[in-house]
Amino acid sequence: MVCTNPNLHRLRRSMMFLNAQKPSLIKDPYIYKPDSIMLDLEDAVAENQKDAARYSLYQALKTVDYHGCERVVRINGLETTHWQEDIRVCVAGGADSIRISKTESAEDVKRVEAAIIAAEKEFHKENAQTLIMAAIESTKGIMHVYDICNASDRLFGVALSGGDYTKDLQTVISKSGVELMGARQQMVIAARATGKMCFDTVYTDLDDMEGFVESVKMIKAMGFDGKSIINPRQILPTHQVFTPTEKEIRYAEQVVTEIDTKKAQGIGVFTINGKMLDIAFYDGAKRTLALAKAAGVYKGDL
Amino acid sequence: MELKKAAMAGTVESSDAQITVEPGTKGIELVIESSVIHQYGRQIKAVVLDTLKKLQVANAKVTVVDKGALDCTLKARVEGAVFRSINNDPDTPNPWEVL
Repeated sequence: MVCTNPNLHRLRRSMMFLNAQKPSLIKDPYIYKPDSIMLDLEDAVAENQKDAARYSLYQALKTVDYHGCERVVRINGLETTHWQEDIRVCVAGGADSIRISKTESAEDVKRVEAAIIAAEKEFHKENAQTLIMAAIESTKGIMHVYDICNASDRLFGVALSGGDYTKDLQTVISKSGVELMGARQQMVIAARATGKMCFDTVYTDLDDMEGFVESVKMIKAMGFDGKSIINPRQILPTHQVFTPTEKEIRYAEQVVTEIDTKKAQGIGVFTINGKMLDIAFYDGAKRTLALAKAAGVYKGDL
Repeated sequence: MELKKAAMAGTVESSDAQITVEPGTKGIELVIESSVIHQYGRQIKAVVLDTLKKLQVANAKVTVVDKGALDCTLKARVEGAVFRSINNDPDTPNPWEVL
């Protein structure tokens, strides 16, 4: 079934993790302006508080105005007894998206999709088209990431969960990130090959802002769409990396205009400021402008 | 709904409330403890009673230790305590449409 939810490809530069069981965290996180918040029913919630977290989540979804922040909920893994009721509360409460933990196969995505559709019927929200994202947390998940991306039209993207993944790989997370290279590369290629988005894991050293910014720049250069965030302090630097600069916007405008004009004149390849340009640069420039527009820093009409 | 056993939900952290319910026989017997009782005591009482009414709980001893919780948190904690009192399995499907 084709997903017509207009938010399928919305701007998602930052996604901030919040414990759904903690009232102090979920009442006003939109003031920090992350693109998405991720209300957690999984690891942040103690095993004996899974039920209480759902009521807290439900009332927050029903009453708190998140000012346009996307509300993603991370549900418990499919190996637990909790995930089906987690999906019911997400759909009943009107969550925008559901994040599947520990996704290892296309089958996992299909099971969640079926449960979402059943809940949408039960609560008369057939038109909600609750979106899905899949967290990849194991080597097996990485081996199946292309199939996972293709498993559902509601799936907007995949996110790396570095902690669990490196445990499975039998190593630890380092500053250089060398241990995550293969996973990141495989994920972003699979995501692009299937028209999905790709999000990086969290950076846990809150005192090392320089290292954080470096890691965000790297994943942006690799092609990622956004970063998982654990503290409001990490939001602004992330947005700065992912938002096109004034110079990039002007250049992209020039590229689009020039290619349009030259095409009309029957010219295929030419130069701007001494740099060779042809149609291959067109989509990239268009994407820069779309990103700038979505981020509110470009008001032109290209 | 008939309460089956004493149950509690919530914490005493800031912005939260800890709510305890016990089966009762004389209607709703409510005790509220809050640092903002003078400004918000009536509001807290109204939200708790309203939530119990929605859940059709007619007889209960209810204790609220409020730490500056918003209405949505109070509701969630009352629901948490009541369903813990009734259900043995925390993953029992909830009637979300009426909560």
